[in-house]
Amino acid sequence: MSDEQSWRAAQPQWSWPRIFLRFILDSAGVVSRGNGPYYAWIVFLLLVIGSGVSAYANQVSHGLITTHMRDQVSWGFYIGNFAFLVGVAAAAVVLVIPAYIYNWGPIRDVVLLAEILSVAAIVMCILFVTVDVGRPHVVWHMMPGLGTPNFPHSMLMWDVLVLSSYFLINYFIVTYLLYMGYTGQKYNANFIMPIIFLSIPMAVGIHSVTAMLFMGLKARAFWHTAILAPRFLSSAFCSGPALLVLIFLVLRKIGRLPVSEHTLFKVGELLAYAMAVNLFFLGVEVFTEFYGETAHSIHAHLQWFGTHERKDIAIYSWTALACNFTAFIGFMVPVLRRKLTVLVGACILAIGGVFVEKGLGLLLPGMTPDVLGETYTYNPSLNEVAVAAGVWAIGALLFTAMVKVALSVTAGTMRFRARSVV
Amino acid sequence: MTKPSEKSEGPVRGASRREFLRTGAVAVGALAGAPGAAQALEFDLESFFQKNFRELSDEEIDDVVKRLSRRYSKQYGAEVSVHATGPMDGVLYGYGLDISRCIGCRRCVYACVDENNQSRDPQIHWIRVLEFEREAIVRGFDLEDGNPYYDHEQVPAADKIYLPVACQHCEESPCTNVCPTGATWREPDGIVVIDYDWCIGCRYCMASCPYGARHFNWTEPSIPAEEINPNMHLLGNRPRTAGVVEKCSFCIQRVRDGRYPACLEACPVGARKFGNLLDSDSEIRTLMRTKRTFVLKAELKTQPKFFYFYG
Repeated sequence: MSDEQSWRAAQPQWSWPRIFLRFILDSAGVVSRGNGPYYAWIVFLLLVIGSGVSAYANQVSHGLITTHMRDQVSWGFYIGNFAFLVGVAAAAVVLVIPAYIYNWGPIRDVVLLAEILSVAAIVMCILFVTVDVGRPHVVWHMMPGLGTPNFPHSMLMWDVLVLSSYFLINYFIVTYLLYMGYTGQKYNANFIMPIIFLSIPMAVGIHSVTAMLFMGLKARAFWHTAILAPRFLSSAFCSGPALLVLIFLVLRKIGRLPVSEHTLFKVGELLAYAMAVNLFFLGVEVFTEFYGETAHSIHAHLQWFGTHERKDIAIYSWTALACNFTAFIGFMVPVLRRKLTVLVGACILAIGGVFVEKGLGLLLPGMTPDVLGETYTYNPSLNEVAVAAGVWAIGALLFTAMVKVALSVTAGTMRFRARSVV
Repeated sequence: MTKPSEKSEGPVRGASRREFLRTGAVAVGALAGAPGAAQALEFDLESFFQKNFRELSDEEIDDVVKRLSRRYSKQYGAEVSVHATGPMDGVLYGYGLDISRCIGCRRCVYACVDENNQSRDPQIHWIRVLEFEREAIVRGFDLEDGNPYYDHEQVPAADKIYLPVACQHCEESPCTNVCPTGATWREPDGIVVIDYDWCIGCRYCMASCPYGARHFNWTEPSIPAEEINPNMHLLGNRPRTAGVVEKCSFCIQRVRDGRYPACLEACPVGARKFGNLLDSDSEIRTLMRTKRTFVLKAELKTQPKFFYFYG
């Protein structure tokens, strides 16, 4: 009899709902305890959330006029963040594929962290759409049973459907794996692996559907192109894994996450391929717009060259391109990516590049000039940025809490002990 | 134009869920010790639990119309009557605009604001008049060359032509297709309408509209009480709230009563035409046969019911 088995045999038989309740209470306990830097981080996040909530209250009482969106540019920073975060949610899980191909590390930890990042990213996605809506108190109008969802016509309904399914699947996987670890049971691979594998096509699905939300709009020539979905995916495969590399490094430093440098360098190599494809897709789009120029190329013109009065979109675009290209060099050259500092720098550049490219770099050229040819200069308002920062902080808080539980479970410090219950 | 057929006024229903809600709301307000709040809450609750317009029965529509008439009468101190007049059989509305006549005076824009209770502060205009160099008519309109902010002492300015744009009431309307809640749809008489109580304000319709016809209430709209137009349609010119999308409804409150849209009546040069596309002898059909006619962005296959004439 192994130690594990004898330990388990010593536990009294509890029904699983009771153990699960204990799991939740213990999780809360783990989250509430920590060292000084941990508390400082939490307090920082709570402050950002507080400022976001007050900015949102301001938005609710005055209307979306507190943003700099107007009829000419009717979607802005919120929807840009949404598009970026759907990519993060999707790409984090796609890292599961190379995890299997390369067969590295304790697979469960990698899957777990990726899934946790997905969950936090989707929560942020939902929040970003919610803060963008003019009348959030009636969003139930799109829910089946309560409202009249325009399904299957509206791509927004498809997006709600895939995002919520994806959220449920990932949330279930995370909870299942952690709960099994907590109770000292080995997870049932035959049960959970098919679900994990299901999350992979679902990840592609959420980002494709989000791209289609834009692609389906024939009024917006800049988005009405088949390359948009592939570009969404390729850019997400850069930003998602890059974010995970940074998170792995932080957790390796402060936590007990066993991630070898070899593993990180492998992810760096994958990022080189992803960024190569991403840049290629961009090149294809630019070629089509400029070699076979039509009236619709005006958006691409604005994107890369701006107009006399306005250069901001062009600055965004070139910045994103410079970030992405530099990151690509860092990922591609083996001697470079095997230096941790270079890898970290390249990851930060890739995340920044994609954030601009998929955020305002996607939204603004799509909506400028507007459908009647007017050029309106949009930059997010301070209130808008504060709300967005609040949403990011909520996501970070959720991620921190879930990772803390996950690390405690995998390190064995958070274990089910029946006798600890009075 | 054919004769209007009024929707028959159904009998007033007795105590209902709405009555219950009203009582409940007043009770809550009384508890809070604020009669004003109770009044506000009453309306909010009733609107909040109201179904999508297309799922309302005739009696329920009647209730809504009566409730809104009461509310607006009180709010604006006028004898407001809200109607929900339905479409006439055998009518498909079409709008015609002769750009060789239009002088760009924007009387239509402000007649529309007055008629349709658009917000005065901030200003919302359902009609946007673009000014082009006269040669645009030869080259084809490149909308980026249009200027909606022209400000001359006198119009028409030399060598300029004008292109007023509002909702094109497309047969294949992208906006109704993308709406996640079905809060906007095309009526049998071709008018694309919005249920302001059902709109969640996601602005997907605005992203999908090729004509910039849809406008969002970025904040609470304001209309001076003395300027309110008391003749209102539930799906048209009744006052909107912050966070909803609005647009031209072909003056649904007028045309379903057999009248012309306000912009047409305001036009000093007779550039605007309106009528039944299903009647081959109507003025609009005759003009479509005899004038050079085009629609905006025909390549998008939205099939507008707004036609431009020239020459």
